[in-house]
Amino acid sequence: MSDIAQLRNDFVTLNQSIEGNPLVYLDSGATSQKPQVVINEINHFYSKNNANVHRGLHTLSERVTSQYEGVREKLAQFLGVFATELVWTSGATHSINLVASGLTNQLRYDDVILITALEHHANIVPWQQLAQRTGAKLKVIPVNDQGIICTNNVLAQIQKWQPKIFACTHASNTLGNILDVQVFIAQAKKIGATTIIDGAQAFLHLRPNLRQLDCDFYVLSAHKALGPTGLGILFGKYEQLNALPVYQTGGEMIETVTFDQTTFRQAPAKFEPGTPNISAVLGFGAAIDYLSNINFSAMHKYEQSLFKYLLEHLSAIKGVKLYGDLDNNIGTISFTFKSEHHYDLAMLLNSYGVAVRSGHHCTQPLMQALNLNGTIRVSLAFYNNHTDIDRFISALNNCIQLIEG
Amino acid sequence: MTYQEIHDKLTSTSSWQQSYREIMLLGKQLPNLPNALKTEQAQVKGCESNVWLHVELDESQQHMLLVGDSDTRIVKGLLAIVLSLYNSKTPTQAAKIDAYQEFESLGLIKHLSPSRGNGIKAIVDRIQTIALQWV
Ligand SMILES: Cc1ncc(COP(=O)(O)O)c(C=O)c1O
Repeated sequence: MSDIAQLRNDFVTLNQSIEGNPLVYLDSGATSQKPQVVINEINHFYSKNNANVHRGLHTLSERVTSQYEGVREKLAQFLGVFATELVWTSGATHSINLVASGLTNQLRYDDVILITALEHHANIVPWQQLAQRTGAKLKVIPVNDQGIICTNNVLAQIQKWQPKIFACTHASNTLGNILDVQVFIAQAKKIGATTIIDGAQAFLHLRPNLRQLDCDFYVLSAHKALGPTGLGILFGKYEQLNALPVYQTGGEMIETVTFDQTTFRQAPAKFEPGTPNISAVLGFGAAIDYLSNINFSAMHKYEQSLFKYLLEHLSAIKGVKLYGDLDNNIGTISFTFKSEHHYDLAMLLNSYGVAVRSGHHCTQPLMQALNLNGTIRVSLAFYNNHTDIDRFISALNNCIQLIEG
Repeated sequence: MTYQEIHDKLTSTSSWQQSYREIMLLGKQLPNLPNALKTEQAQVKGCESNVWLHVELDESQQHMLLVGDSDTRIVKGLLAIVLSLYNSKTPTQAAKIDAYQEFESLGLIKHLSPSRGNGIKAIVDRIQTIALQWV
């Protein structure tokens, strides 16, 4: 465990003060910090290797292309899938849109798209728009008062609605709940539904094996998993992926072009028009190497022990109300304090150097279901430590005094 | 409290916590708007919190009369500062006020940044637009 605690030193951003206090970064759900190796890799690319990929015979292009495709291979291994099943996108949002757009012709009037009430807007709006385009119906599996969805309910709703598409988050960005997606996917497959899992939050904390999960599509964002911003991944089982129509068109994704018609390449190339985010891919490659060198079960244990420590101290404060599934959780907690506005608390916490997210966290329907206008969200990663939590709790107590004093 | 009094208070604070305490006190002293006045029309968009603002012109005096409210303590306090800047000014005087400059001198400029989502900038913009119509 102490090995994991040492890793914090690789994240130089954490080593600064805000408003005269040490930064306490508890907003990894929004974006993770980056280890030095990732920053170095990007720096190295621009200072030594900068060239476009798939476009030149010259040495630099050759070198960068092989590194760039090497990252796809590396990530494929990390996820337990084939490199040809991974598409580089600009983010999880882009990935979901690509699939939702591509499935348009597979939907008929009155077909059902089933999602959960925990979804991020990125996993709601594209499906809602798809439903509106096609006359399909969007159905939502509700949460209980605490923000929990029980597995049996999901299975029953899949049975009841017989959806053509089942889209579900692997972990809630607002509440941290881990969903038992493997079980959902098996059930959805029985009725022939296409399954899309939003792994934006889960990937860093759970390291899923996608072959084992057996979903048709899985999406993630590099920036939430130690990588750079502006890069996302779409995994699709090859046949399903390749069956999707092209999303955007242009250079590199084509075989032949005349003014009358164009033939497209096979997946993943056909979904990657134009110059890709090369530096981000290389940086993400460094992040995957970095993660591969961390023993997963040690990291998981450490994150869970931090989370337990956080819950213990947070729930001891009178007037704090916690939401979500506290037992199956990636290390993210949403809370309210009495009837105080999340805005006040977040601003006051910042004056103590504490970075949290406040508001609806891009999950307005979930907030409506919980009858809240917003929460404070604390989201942990393995580079946090017990001192961070002590500082946060002490700052929170001070803020409460400021408000009530 | 007059704007000058607010100015003196805030510029003598020595920490962010103290400033926030004063700002929240100002908010507490600002009377709550009755629910009937918390209309859709009065709502200032672009705020993470709810902010309501009414700006009227006292025809006989040619003075501006402003009332407002917010559901957060800090934004309500900041709103109180803005109101103290503009209340009972003529539209011509109001149009000349540089709220940005004043917030700078109070050490509160970061509250005008768009990413804070507090809508102070939107509030000031709305007052300025209305004042200009009356000039
Ligand atoms: C669960 C979930 N899905 C999707 C997204 C969208 O990710 P991005 O903004 O990187 O496209 C996020 C980001 O907050 C998320 O938390």
